[in-house]
Amino acid sequence: MKTLLVSLALATLALTLSACGQPQPTNKAVFLLVDTSGTYTEELNKAQGILNYLLATLDSGDSIAVARIDSGSFSEKDVIAKATFDERPSMANDQKRVFKHDMDQFVATIKTGSAHTDITGAILQAAEYLQETGAGEKYVLVFSDLEEDLQKGHIRDFPLELDGIQVIALNVTKLRSDNIDPRDYLNRLAQWQKRVLDGGGNWRVVNDFDRLDRLIAINAMDEI
Amino acid sequence: MLNELLLLWSEQPAISLAVWLLVLVTVLYLAREPAHLLIKSTGRAIYRFMRSAARAVSHIEQRAIHRNKEIILAQGREATEKFIEREFTRINEIVARDLSHYPNLHRELTDAIERLENDYQAATDAPPLPPEWLSVVQTISELPRQGDPVVSSILENIQDEVVTAHEETLKAYQKSSAERHRLLGALQPQWRALANKLNKTKDVVAITQERADAVDKHMANYEAIRDHEDHIARSLTASSLTQFFIAGLVLFVAVMGGLINFQLIAMPMAEMVGGNTYTGGFKTSDIAALVIIMVEIAMGLFLLESLRITKLFPVIAHMDDKMRKRMMVISFSILFILAGIEASLAYMRDLLALDREALKQSLAGVSALNAEFRWIPSIGQMVMGFILPFALAFVAIPLESFIHSSRTVLGVLTVAVLRTVIISLRLVGGFAHQVSKMLVFGYDMVITVPLSIEKWVRQGVQARRDRGTEATHQYPIEPYLPLEDADEIQQETVSVSEKPKRTRKRKTPDLDTDLALNKS
Repeated sequence: MKTLLVSLALATLALTLSACGQPQPTNKAVFLLVDTSGTYTEELNKAQGILNYLLATLDSGDSIAVARIDSGSFSEKDVIAKATFDERPSMANDQKRVFKHDMDQFVATIKTGSAHTDITGAILQAAEYLQETGAGEKYVLVFSDLEEDLQKGHIRDFPLELDGIQVIALNVTKLRSDNIDPRDYLNRLAQWQKRVLDGGGNWRVVNDFDRLDRLIAINAMDEI
Repeated sequence: MLNELLLLWSEQPAISLAVWLLVLVTVLYLAREPAHLLIKSTGRAIYRFMRSAARAVSHIEQRAIHRNKEIILAQGREATEKFIEREFTRINEIVARDLSHYPNLHRELTDAIERLENDYQAATDAPPLPPEWLSVVQTISELPRQGDPVVSSILENIQDEVVTAHEETLKAYQKSSAERHRLLGALQPQWRALANKLNKTKDVVAITQERADAVDKHMANYEAIRDHEDHIARSLTASSLTQFFIAGLVLFVAVMGGLINFQLIAMPMAEMVGGNTYTGGFKTSDIAALVIIMVEIAMGLFLLESLRITKLFPVIAHMDDKMRKRMMVISFSILFILAGIEASLAYMRDLLALDREALKQSLAGVSALNAEFRWIPSIGQMVMGFILPFALAFVAIPLESFIHSSRTVLGVLTVAVLRTVIISLRLVGGFAHQVSKMLVFGYDMVITVPLSIEKWVRQGVQARRDRGTEATHQYPIEPYLPLEDADEIQQETVSVSEKPKRTRKRKTPDLDTDLALNKS
């Protein structure tokens, strides 16, 4: 009798669990955009540090991609590496090693910066990738000074579509002109914030790398 | 709206408020009697309702107490029967093992005693005496020798013969004594053997006596249970509560062990079922790890059940021995395989942790270090992974105690809750009754002005009536009473010559009396 009751309770629990419907995805997708224009290439070592942090943070089932921001960034050619980590932890670790190797190679090979800076195109490219992953949490990390310098003829003055995407500006350095008039810097940040919020996304700025742990909520490496 | 009503009588709020108060007091004064009745009857109704509810709950409480007693006595009866059965089994084993050889022992003892008797008889034989003619010869040899050499020579020869015979007799006596000593010496080991056998028999009888005393004690308990005696029910309840807490403590320890086990296998399980799939909001790998632990516990239950250590599943207990042994082997085999799986998973966990650590160091730009004695935690985890399933298997024993004792604990808790409900109901009823009385007094306080006027008018009327009838009748001065009470007194005065009627069917006892009765 007791066994029967326990079996019934377990069956009821299983039915209840299965009746909860399709669970919301809990995986994460991160797209790191690295500015390679002009003198910003000197900051690439910091971008490597951020990528290492992301690789340590993301876990099985999460997706990550790294792309460069150059004169025309709305292109797959600018994607340096991308991966969706395998469900098996050991395979995911191997993928992370390969990813790190690709990024190291990219940093080692890049010598000169691009002539122009197409940040909008890069964000569009990132948003497209993130929406395709169908992840529960989507992040675009923009490692740039946010000074957009479009090539002549490129059209980027249209609204962005960033529903459910968190856009985080990293290491937004001050330009020489910002030192003359700091309002330029503030206006630049406000302008990007407005574009992102108008597009349905969330906006954050992180310049202090000691607070990288706030980028993504859970640190998977601490689980062990 | 409120303001309009407030200023209904005058533009001045104070005046209007005064008019409202006047109206209110007048209405309250006019409605005094029905209002008192309403308040009193409401308080009384709540009081009676609560008392009835308390009485109903009290019936349920009595049934719960009765049922608890039945359950605890049934459990005690079953346990005592098992004790007695086990004691009888022990006695049977003792008798079969030690006393079954009693005929042989008896024969050995008889033989030993017979041998002892024979030897004793042999030892008590009389020593050889010198020949009887020897005294005659000695007398002749001691005759005076009167110088005759022949006679002297004969007498000397006779004396020599006497001495020789005497020496031979002495030797024979010494030989006989030595033989007796030998026989007596040979008796000693036989006595010791006999004493040892008797001591063994005494020990066996003493153990049997102890077991018999234990049986007597359990039988006394059994008789007390059969007679539904209260002291044995209380004793069994206390014992059951102790069992409940001890079993709960052991189960808590087992749960902690289960958690450690879960931590050992949850992460490597992701390698088998994937680390990013979810079932009902939980990671599938976590569920798989839990299922393995649950299956291990279930196998442990079946194993102990097959060994007849626990009796949670009557189906298994009633199986024939052959089937039960098969089940024992199957459940142990599954448990062993699962323990092996856990050991391998624990090793895999260690490898994964190493891999992750290496990756972490690589990402941090630190060269990987080769830690010495790294094999010690690896082997430790494997051993833990193998041992914990078997340790968890024994959770069946405290689980059985916990389930059995929880029935008693639940019963005791139910009775405690019911008693609390009874007391609460009675308190609420008494409170409502007292509040209704207070409200009556409060009501009169609000209309104290018209009541005072009424009092003066009554006193004036009474004084006038007294003056008119002073010559003929002497009325006692009637004290002021509220209208309702005055009417009651008047009715009683009118019907004082009649037989007093019972206005209430039954006297309602006070709250404290009820509680006291309930406790008794």
